[in-house]
Amino acid sequence: MNIDSIQNGIVIDHIRAGNSLRIYRYLELDKLACSVAIIQNCKSRKMGRKDIIKIDEEYEVNLDILGYLDPDATVTFIRDGKTALKRKCALPDKIINVIHCKNPRCITVTEPGLDQSFRLADRERKRYRCIYCDASMQA
Amino acid sequence: MFHLNSIQDLTETQIDALISLAEEIVRDKAKFREACRYKTLATLFYEASTRTRLSFEAAMHELGGNVIGFADAASSSATKGESVADTVRTVACYADIIVMRHPKEGAPMAASLKSPIPIINAGDGGHNHPTQTLADLFTIYKIKGRFEKQTIGLCGDLMFGRTVHSLIRALSRYNDIEFVLISPEELRLPDYLKEDSLNRSNVTFRETEELEGVIQELDVLYMTRVQRERFFNEADYVRLKDRYILTRSMLRNAKEDLAILHPLPRVNEIAVEVDDDHRACYFSQMLYGKYMRMALLMNMLEVSL
Repeated sequence: MNIDSIQNGIVIDHIRAGNSLRIYRYLELDKLACSVAIIQNCKSRKMGRKDIIKIDEEYEVNLDILGYLDPDATVTFIRDGKTALKRKCALPDKIINVIHCKNPRCITVTEPGLDQSFRLADRERKRYRCIYCDASMQA
Repeated sequence: MFHLNSIQDLTETQIDALISLAEEIVRDKAKFREACRYKTLATLFYEASTRTRLSFEAAMHELGGNVIGFADAASSSATKGESVADTVRTVACYADIIVMRHPKEGAPMAASLKSPIPIINAGDGGHNHPTQTLADLFTIYKIKGRFEKQTIGLCGDLMFGRTVHSLIRALSRYNDIEFVLISPEELRLPDYLKEDSLNRSNVTFRETEELEGVIQELDVLYMTRVQRERFFNEADYVRLKDRYILTRSMLRNAKEDLAILHPLPRVNEIAVEVDDDHRACYFSQMLYGKYMRMALLMNMLEVSL
């Protein structure tokens, strides 16, 4: 299967197979005016199977959200048909307003205007905790 | 300016300094009679309290300061739907420091993000209660003279017992501490505390449901109440509330220098007959708590003599 190469835009590669739609949703790529290609379940020497997202426009990708959703993903910035910059993702130390605390006793349930803020508690286990109540969330 | 949300906001050095100051206050109370003159403490208690609120109020009065506040959410604008953030910004116009108890976990932390004056967490749901921990630490220090090399039994509601959570976090930083966690399976210590505080600090701990089988090993026994207000289901509370009752006969096998602590209030978990035993320390624990809160108020208000 062939997808046209990009002149100016970004490629999110090495996405865990099956994870691309989640990334599409969290990064709100549906709100972009340009073409976005989601390639699912393609062969990968390193990963066996992987997903790829191609965005046909220069776009400031939120690496914290992407790192939280898929810390092994890579981001390549394309300019004039050439690789301008390549970035590896990583679990961010903090994530704000990406996930919501599920603890019904947490102050975020009742207090208006409060950021949903999580800190990385355990990098190995990819575990985040709500900064208010310490409730755990798995990345 | 700093806020006290969790006992982890204080380093060991800061805790040592608070203990030293509290000891100085115990030795010479008159010297501190006007230490906080012209300072005002606001006590914002959205949830019922006897000891914590009164001990903070007594602490401020004994330091020569003033106290304002409310003792339950019903007498505040919380009933009109006012947010915690707006309430603290209002109170900050009238006070120099705020002590807050709230049923929601993390409420004092949310308040501290907006408050121009220091916030002290006086208990947030089943989460943290750092000033009770300061009282507990001072009590252990006064009775045992050290924190290291002790076997600490924690008994009762370890799931929702915020005093237990804060105490484990504080004591995990000291050497040669062993915890014996005594609770029914439904009220075991949350996993995050085992991972974050015990495993990470390589603290030895074990879990059991039987108090009588381990009481002879303990240097400190910290009893807790099964808290009705933390249960969504009344039937679960009724089933678990009298699971542990410490009686005088159970103390027959305990060490002579065991220290029995309880954050109070108690319901049935310590029989009244134990009160006369020389190992019962829970009433002096309240008094030590007041001195520790005096030291904390002075420290957070940056007051010195």
